[in-house]
Amino acid sequence: MRLINRRPARPAAVLLTALPFVAVAIAYAIASEIRLAANPQDKLLPAPATIWDTAVRLFSEPDRRTGEILLWRDTAASLRRLAVGVGAGALVSLLLGVLIGLLPYVRRTLSDFVAVISMVPPLALLPILFIVFGLGEMSKIVLIAIGITPLMIRDLAQRVLDIPHEEIVKAQTLGASTPVIALRVVLPQILPRLISAVRLQLGPAWLFLIAAEAVAAEVGLGYRIFLVRRYLAMDIILTYVIWITLLAFVIDWALKQLSRRAFPWKEAGL
Amino acid sequence: MSFVTVRDVWQSYGARSILERVTLDVSEGDFVSIVGASGCGKSTFLRLLLADERPVRGEIRVDGAEPATEPGRSRGVVFQRYSVFPHMTVRENIVAAETFSRPLGRVWGRARREARERADATLERVGLAHVADAYPATLSGGMQQRLAIAQALTARPRILLLDEPFGALDPGTRLSMHAFLQDLRAETGMTVFMVTHDLEEGFKLGDRVLVFDKPRWDTQAPERFGATITYDFDARDGGVPFQRILDRYPSLAPRPPAATG
Ligand SMILES: Nc1ncnc2c1ncn2[C@@H]1O[C@H](COP(=O)(O)OP(=O)(O)O)[C@@H](O)[C@H]1O
Ligand SMILES: [Mg+2]
Repeated sequence: MRLINRRPARPAAVLLTALPFVAVAIAYAIASEIRLAANPQDKLLPAPATIWDTAVRLFSEPDRRTGEILLWRDTAASLRRLAVGVGAGALVSLLLGVLIGLLPYVRRTLSDFVAVISMVPPLALLPILFIVFGLGEMSKIVLIAIGITPLMIRDLAQRVLDIPHEEIVKAQTLGASTPVIALRVVLPQILPRLISAVRLQLGPAWLFLIAAEAVAAEVGLGYRIFLVRRYLAMDIILTYVIWITLLAFVIDWALKQLSRRAFPWKEAGL
Repeated sequence: MSFVTVRDVWQSYGARSILERVTLDVSEGDFVSIVGASGCGKSTFLRLLLADERPVRGEIRVDGAEPATEPGRSRGVVFQRYSVFPHMTVRENIVAAETFSRPLGRVWGRARREARERADATLERVGLAHVADAYPATLSGGMQQRLAIAQALTARPRILLLDEPFGALDPGTRLSMHAFLQDLRAETGMTVFMVTHDLEEGFKLGDRVLVFDKPRWDTQAPERFGATITYDFDARDGGVPFQRILDRYPSLAPRPPAATG
């Protein structure tokens, strides 16, 4: 049988999925063991047990000065920035994407402009944002929004253009005006695409968030990582990295579920 | 009286000539079948009738009115695919045919309930009542086209344009769709243009069968000349001509032998 036609069955499939995770964990454990055997003071690869203890402490022990648990405070601050930035970006790109895709005049005016803007590396704008919006929340939110919006606009506008012309003509023969076509034909069909665009852009959004927090913040996941880096606190950094990864994964999964639930017609044909 | 008047219509895309010198008069209530080689411009002609495109030369008038500049409720259309809205249920698709012409494309309260009731009555008549809450993608090809036709007719257009509406259906479904369309037509008496690549279908359903073809060929540049109507058959009475000549010229009727004294 050809290799391309061989598929893993159920128990083997689960095992294969777990394999790389387990392999990395074991490789880490071994490397950490070796380094700690040579030098018990080594900070670079803390033992898994140490990381676990640190994690438990970070998640449950309040800060001595403020009485708050820092990790939750960092999480709340970061998630808020992420949500506002991504939410604003999604709204703007939905609006502009539909307008560019649907109206030739707007398309002529904006599509090349958006294409050029999407080439600007957002992180290069960070200093400007700090100067304009100060070091507070605004600059971080704007960085996330600016970082993800141009690509989402292009994605959504293209998706609007991909709606079969027949549907648009049909709507017109039923007497639909431009707003009705936008609201009742285009928008509902574009929302699932918006969710997948957001899912795609969440990676960059986290990147911009952590970068902005690393440069200037008083609280936040990225801020904390870069703060403890000075003390080489690898156990804390690793805990935060795993936590961020977990958050990103859960958000992605939740969006996928939302898309499935909210757009049954999308599933209907499959 | 000519209802749809096509006068010397030309259409080209860039240097590519698609249609040329198309002139046609169609009476109200006629069923016009259009056949021709693939790519010869049949769909283009329908788009012109629909006013989705404007001809580079000539004009098309309906009932003597100014040529339309964009599609509207007076002309309904059913394409081979993508004719219904995939994100709406079968019932919503029919309701949309009523409500899309409202400011927000919706109605509320009692008007909404009534629109839904009318939609259900329509679905009952076209045999789709049992799938009213399903999404189009779950329907068979024949059911989707029936829905598309019912949706187009709900808007009460004066002209119905069909672009190979049964092209993707199996022969059995096609036959039942013919009967369905003939029933609806008898009921509404509407003017229909139907593009088909099935000559038999064209003759079976049509009162007239138009053939589009290129009358002129430039072997060096096949793009140079467009297609036009090369044949215009009377397809009534099974395609046998002059069956109704007595309606127009009663004097031709054979006289009963004169009763001479
Ligand atoms: N918008 C367009 N721009 C350029 N060429 C087009 C366009 N629409 C159709 N054509 C071309 O015009 C020709 C006629 O197309 P069409 O009317 O769809 O043919 P038919 O329906 O008879 O098969 C085709 O060769 C097609 O490629
Ligand atoms: Mg065609």
